[in-house]
Amino acid sequence: MRLDRHPILPVGRGEPFPFAFAGRELLAYPGETIAAALFAHGIRVFGHHPKDGAPQGIFCANGQCAQCLVLADGLPVKACMTPACPGMRVEPVDGLPELPRVPAPPRMQELERLEVPVLVIGGGPAGLSAAIELGGRGINTLLVDDKGRLGGKLVLQTHRFFGSTEAVYAGTRGIDIAARLEEEVRALPSVEVWLNTVALAVYSDGWVGILREGRSYVLARPEVLLVASGARERSLVFRGNTLPGVYGAGAFQTLVNRDLVRAAERLFIVGGGNVGLIAGYHAIQAGIEVVGLAEVLPECGGYKVHRDKLARLGVPIFTSHTILSANGRDGVESVTIARVDDRFQPVPGTEKTFKCDTVLVAVGLDPVDEFYRKAREFGMKAFAAGDAQEIAEASAAIFSGKIAGRRIAHALGIPGVVVPPEWEKTLQILKSRPGARREPPAELPAQGVVPVLHCHEEIPCNPCASVCPQGLLEVDPQDIRKVPEFHADRDQACLGCERCVVVCPGLAITLVDYRRDPDYPTVTLPHELGPEAVPVGARVAVVSASGEVLGEAEVREVRAIPRNNRTVLVKLVLPKEIAPRAAGIRLGAKWAEEPIPQAVERLEDDAIVCRCERVTAGEIRALIRAGFRDMNALKAVTRVGMGACGGKTCGPLLKRLFREEGVPLDEVTDYVGRPLFIEVPLGIFAGAEPGDG
Amino acid sequence: MASYDVVVVGAGSVGTPAALALAEAGLRVLVLDARPSAGQGSNKAAIGGVRATHSDPAKIRLGRRSIEIVSTWKETRGGEIEWRSGGYVFVAYTPREEKLLKDLLLVQHRYGLGIDWLEARDLLRIVPDLNPDGLLGGTYSPGDGHLSPLLLVHAYYREARRAGAEFHFREKVTGIEVRNGRVRAVVTDQGRYGTAVVVNAAGAWAREIGRMVGEDHPVVPDSHEAGVTEPVAHFLDPMIVDIRPAPGSSNYYFHQLASGQLTFCISPSPPIVGEDCRETSAFLPMVARRMVELMPRLANVRVRRTWRGLYPMTPDGSPLVGWSSEVEGYAVAIGMCGQGVMLGPAVGELLGRLVTDQLLPEDHEVLTLLSPSRPFAAQEALK
Repeated sequence: MRLDRHPILPVGRGEPFPFAFAGRELLAYPGETIAAALFAHGIRVFGHHPKDGAPQGIFCANGQCAQCLVLADGLPVKACMTPACPGMRVEPVDGLPELPRVPAPPRMQELERLEVPVLVIGGGPAGLSAAIELGGRGINTLLVDDKGRLGGKLVLQTHRFFGSTEAVYAGTRGIDIAARLEEEVRALPSVEVWLNTVALAVYSDGWVGILREGRSYVLARPEVLLVASGARERSLVFRGNTLPGVYGAGAFQTLVNRDLVRAAERLFIVGGGNVGLIAGYHAIQAGIEVVGLAEVLPECGGYKVHRDKLARLGVPIFTSHTILSANGRDGVESVTIARVDDRFQPVPGTEKTFKCDTVLVAVGLDPVDEFYRKAREFGMKAFAAGDAQEIAEASAAIFSGKIAGRRIAHALGIPGVVVPPEWEKTLQILKSRPGARREPPAELPAQGVVPVLHCHEEIPCNPCASVCPQGLLEVDPQDIRKVPEFHADRDQACLGCERCVVVCPGLAITLVDYRRDPDYPTVTLPHELGPEAVPVGARVAVVSASGEVLGEAEVREVRAIPRNNRTVLVKLVLPKEIAPRAAGIRLGAKWAEEPIPQAVERLEDDAIVCRCERVTAGEIRALIRAGFRDMNALKAVTRVGMGACGGKTCGPLLKRLFREEGVPLDEVTDYVGRPLFIEVPLGIFAGAEPGDG
Repeated sequence: MASYDVVVVGAGSVGTPAALALAEAGLRVLVLDARPSAGQGSNKAAIGGVRATHSDPAKIRLGRRSIEIVSTWKETRGGEIEWRSGGYVFVAYTPREEKLLKDLLLVQHRYGLGIDWLEARDLLRIVPDLNPDGLLGGTYSPGDGHLSPLLLVHAYYREARRAGAEFHFREKVTGIEVRNGRVRAVVTDQGRYGTAVVVNAAGAWAREIGRMVGEDHPVVPDSHEAGVTEPVAHFLDPMIVDIRPAPGSSNYYFHQLASGQLTFCISPSPPIVGEDCRETSAFLPMVARRMVELMPRLANVRVRRTWRGLYPMTPDGSPLVGWSSEVEGYAVAIGMCGQGVMLGPAVGELLGRLVTDQLLPEDHEVLTLLSPSRPFAAQEALK
């Protein structure tokens, strides 16, 4: 189903057109990928694997794996990357595809070769920020990005960003930051942008192979290469881990926030880092039920304010729990989790099974840094920025791109380019993981207007301090990780302007206004599910910051802020005893469901390690026990890592299996990385003219 | 000090079959390899063609025997090596290749090889997707075939271990002790092993091992580049070889694997001498153009991976196999010229007979032709 409306994202579609899947006529809208159009019709199985007939569908939604392969007008393409076209005939890939016959050799052109001062791979937060620094100095820069739109993963981020307002647009939504960065880059004449363009390989002779718009192969030789290719999601080994409906969180965000498809009805999330927490929140914004979230550690690793947002909306969070299995035949029908002991082993008898149709795996990210490593190995001048350099928040990626841009300008000998020494410190602060939790202030004033800060964990964030017109909110300007403080003792009084409530990315500031009635103050809360979700007069549950129900109240007023029409302010009147603790409301729906009675036997060895070649954990474990230590030897014997994705997904999983089998990783030899980054038709390397042959 | 009857240097396409033959002959065998597992030198870079249709009598014999071994492997040893008997096709589009191939047929027929010249029309029946434009014909040898080099080397590794051979990986040979003209021990970065026999099966790195006993083997690696595609439904049986020279390359060849993938390889011209196995930008455009011209249907098959591997070349294009004439107990099976996978199974057996002194009458001809101390005069016509 397509989303008809979204509280944050604009939903606008052109005229639909017909295309066909497996002979059935369906409608797609301009710009929709084949995958999105199929999901919109409830089709999640795109084919069956030739080895064991397992159903295949979306996994990464990012063009990196090849699980979503379909035949479009006879040719194999990735459904997640290929736009549907009017009249296109799409067929599922069941078994091996027939290679179409070609009557005569196509006309073949000389390949384009170009030399550029700077080549930037990746137009996300880091790449764009670097390009702004470079373009601002008139340096000729070619920026390539494999998507059809600049911004990288920023275009999926509907929430306001953390970080520093001065350095990285904190308080602004990711989608809006993307638009700003894009506008800046587009205004720079020395920056050329190629979209839908994939870097394929960095070669030892200093050339970089590029697939331009899926049609032509271009070799570029940069003086300096910047790798800003982001991250890929880690996978997890569990039974049913390749069922359609098990995705990475990023894949899910792509389907929902880019493709505007309600990719699930009922969702379960594995992993309580920021990625999993945010994905859960995005799902709720898209009207998807979040059945629960399991985190293997005793506490979620992401920002507490993100966790609290989910908890306030009633999502049950199971800490010290792991996933045992995704269950179902042609797709996910339920999920089974269990509590873990202090060695992270599941405790028998604690299994719980929940009905759901989708399981999100959000267990961490790895840098997409192979081009950087190759370039360095080959002695090229190369830099990495953003997640390709080190996994951190997008705010850090923006700033690291900016630093990289300056460093590259310096490396090119541009005079007068400096990286201010304090920038390094700022970058380190932006990269910080959540720090200490502070006790909330024992007593708050109970008169006038009081901003209540439900934000007690040290994270790099300062928008609240930068918007207060009275200067009553402060975050240590030297270290924005410090928690914000409200200075009630100043001469100035809080005006109740609500700017801090609106701007806080954590939705963790409320206003308590005692002026009308000190015993029943008015509380202003931020809400991001759209004005129509909270009708005036509705009875809602009032919850504390971490989701505990404090009572019930009637919505008195709902106000959209003109400049910020996507955050809604909800006003309630509450008894003074609970007013300062109230941080959110919960609407009628009760998401927390009782588990369904269904014990699932744990057969972990059935779990798939290599999705491309369908190699199981059991096969790999047996070989590790037989003495195998070289991942390349495992590959030779089982085909693990030989598939389309080139070991991108299974590599980290193999290492995990080695560790689980008690083999230290220094005894293990990693895969030897080889080109190409994705599969490309031979004719394109031959310079075949598009459409010819 | 641990001691062995034989120490084999190199656990690759030649070393693992040698280890199996030696271990099955009842010898205590140690295989040393500096790499982390079997076949991590040039074996993994090979694309797996196996043929008997050479022009050199020694290679013809060895190739024939290798085909016997690999084509019956599943029945005799068990385990999948993905052998497919799809034959080899050498195509001719100019009178030059036609003459070269037909001249070779005379020698090949003398050895009773199953290979014939097919006119274009008949060849297109075997390979309907060849570009018919200008095709004169080609040779077809249906008894040849291809297999998975990776599975083959691991099958040998498994069998050799089962037969009692020991393998030490990540262990680099640093010296070979010779006293009174006889091999006494092998020294590595991790130990010293007493032995009376050392077999040098170190492939592209054989020269370095030879120097440890004071020999200078004329083995020089050059690099060839290869690639593999996505799997597609089966459409191609034989290995296709095109020996037309073109700017940058002398020949190239490809076949469809049992898995449905196409794998291809090109020989750069002039040769790129040295051990550099890093990928270059030149390969894909060069090979793609030639393949798409020859078989237009390949334009749409998607390339998955490319790599570079080494051909340990000798001056005449034939391997060096046999005892050293200078150092007693030092044998070589090196300089396979890119044919380690196809010759290895037979060479392994031959080494087994050589070391245990059980040579067959026909072995003597092979060993004479491949003698490491032979004079190098003629270049083999069809490497």
